[in-house]
Amino acid sequence: MQQELPRLNVSSEEGVTIVELTDRKILDELSISQIGERLQGLIAKEDDPKFVLDFRNVGHMSSSALGMLITLHKRIREKNGQLRLAGIQPPIYEVFAITRLNEIFQICGSREEAISTLN
Amino acid sequence: MARTLRIPSDLGAAQQAEDELLEEVARYGYTEASTFAIKLAVEEALNNAIKHGNGFDGSKKVELTFDVSDERAVVSVTDQGEGFVPDRLPDPTADENLEKPTGRGVMLMRAYMDDVRFNDKGNQVQLTKKNS
Repeated sequence: MQQELPRLNVSSEEGVTIVELTDRKILDELSISQIGERLQGLIAKEDDPKFVLDFRNVGHMSSSALGMLITLHKRIREKNGQLRLAGIQPPIYEVFAITRLNEIFQICGSREEAISTLN
Repeated sequence: MARTLRIPSDLGAAQQAEDELLEEVARYGYTEASTFAIKLAVEEALNNAIKHGNGFDGSKKVELTFDVSDERAVVSVTDQGEGFVPDRLPDPTADENLEKPTGRGVMLMRAYMDDVRFNDKGNQVQLTKKNS
């Protein structure tokens, strides 16, 4: 089965890199490692990374996706950067809450709110 | 009527098997919440079977059996590995484990399913979700 490259929309606003996860199923198991590698690549380019991951389109979550996010979070922290997660739909937020990862990640209601916390 | 799929230890094959199960769930008109829960838990079970049970060994299969009715979906996932003891898994929500990247699969299954049972060997898990 040909696996399409997962789509990310990457933009920049006020010195913050915004990554929009574009596909409802973008965090399916097959895509996770590819997404993780691409995000690590983006982080590596920044000296003082400020990242917002926009989850508004994401309708699925898994423990593998959470693991990828944890690794990303650590990498950003190692570079004294900051990460915000934004636009998480209630069923997805519940996964973060059940795993207590809502205590690790800074989760904002919207992309705009997330950007405002980084400036 | 129960259906059984035997798939290779491959994440792409697991995704296709999962899609077949979810089509069946959709045919019975399960709620969005129940469907979300089934998708999440079954994906965790399949991934565990492939990664940990079968070690991505191409010669080993994973068996997915599902029996969906108006009232409940019963799904079992069986791998050809040596098994494990689920009660010995560390608690991923303990402070010291919170930032570990792995170890949440079984916990999520238990959180989202109405019933989770492992066989004695630990290479089969049965998941039950009521349509609610």
